[in-house]
Amino acid sequence: MTPMIQHLAIFMLLFAGHALAGSPGDRAHRLATELRCPVCQNQTLADSNADLARDLKDEIHQQVAQGRSDEEIRRFMVQRYGDFVLYEPPLRAGTVLLWAGPFLLLGVGAAAGAWHIARARRASSMGGTLQERRT
Amino acid sequence: MSPHVKPPRLWAMLPLAALLALVALFAFALRHDPRALPSALIGHPAPAFAAPSLQDPSSLLHSRSLHGRPWVLHVWASWCDTCQAEHAVVRKLAQGPLPVYGLNYKDASSDALAWLQRMGDPYRRSVADPHGRIGMDYGVYGVPETFVIDRHGRVRYRHAGPLTEALLDAKLRPLMAELAQGG
Repeated sequence: MTPMIQHLAIFMLLFAGHALAGSPGDRAHRLATELRCPVCQNQTLADSNADLARDLKDEIHQQVAQGRSDEEIRRFMVQRYGDFVLYEPPLRAGTVLLWAGPFLLLGVGAAAGAWHIARARRASSMGGTLQERRT
Repeated sequence: MSPHVKPPRLWAMLPLAALLALVALFAFALRHDPRALPSALIGHPAPAFAAPSLQDPSSLLHSRSLHGRPWVLHVWASWCDTCQAEHAVVRKLAQGPLPVYGLNYKDASSDALAWLQRMGDPYRRSVADPHGRIGMDYGVYGVPETFVIDRHGRVRYRHAGPLTEALLDAKLRPLMAELAQGG
């Protein structure tokens, strides 16, 4: 890598980091869109105008201003209001089925389909007389 | 396999079984209140606070000073109509074996004091949380709420919403008796 490209790469990385982090206000807003309002349970904190939601948004803004990380702020909310406030539940023993369930169902469906096709092929290769006795 | 005997088509029962499972799931879900949040605090230390007494703001109540004895924290406000309706039950709660402390949530002290004067003051002591900071630490998302804290300072029970006689008999009295006896 030439020094020129190296510099460019470093510059781009720095810029990407900056773009991702955004301004503190953006970060607080993004966090508020990821957290559920405990009072008006079908809204995010960002969307809600409930008294508590406003308090919690203020709290997020303050914590962002204090330099707390996203993870710390999320933990602050979960400690108080439970996993419920996260739209994306964490992976742990109690939520394994939630995360693995769709893949399990897909697997069961695929296996059933494969079994069905294999049986139909076998039956057709054995000829029509056996087909009638098929259960 | 004999050509005359058809094995039972078990898989044909599958849709029926799936339907029954779904019915069972719905029956369960109907009994369950989806708005009731499980408390994240159960079994965890009650958040510490030092809050000014409602009657005498110069005197602070430190939650640490309650350590070693079980107690009840009841979150209320004068603007909360439900609290008014619940008040008779709170009075009964306060006649139980544990001291009941009031947390006056996001309220004006003058309103709160007038309310206590009018309704009767069942609390051992009420502390003011005018900005809801303590409430936030306890995960309060509506008033009234009730927390039972054991002698080790751990939250043992939490109820969000108004207390009822039925709840008092079914949950709170047995728990308070157990904690009062050193449980």
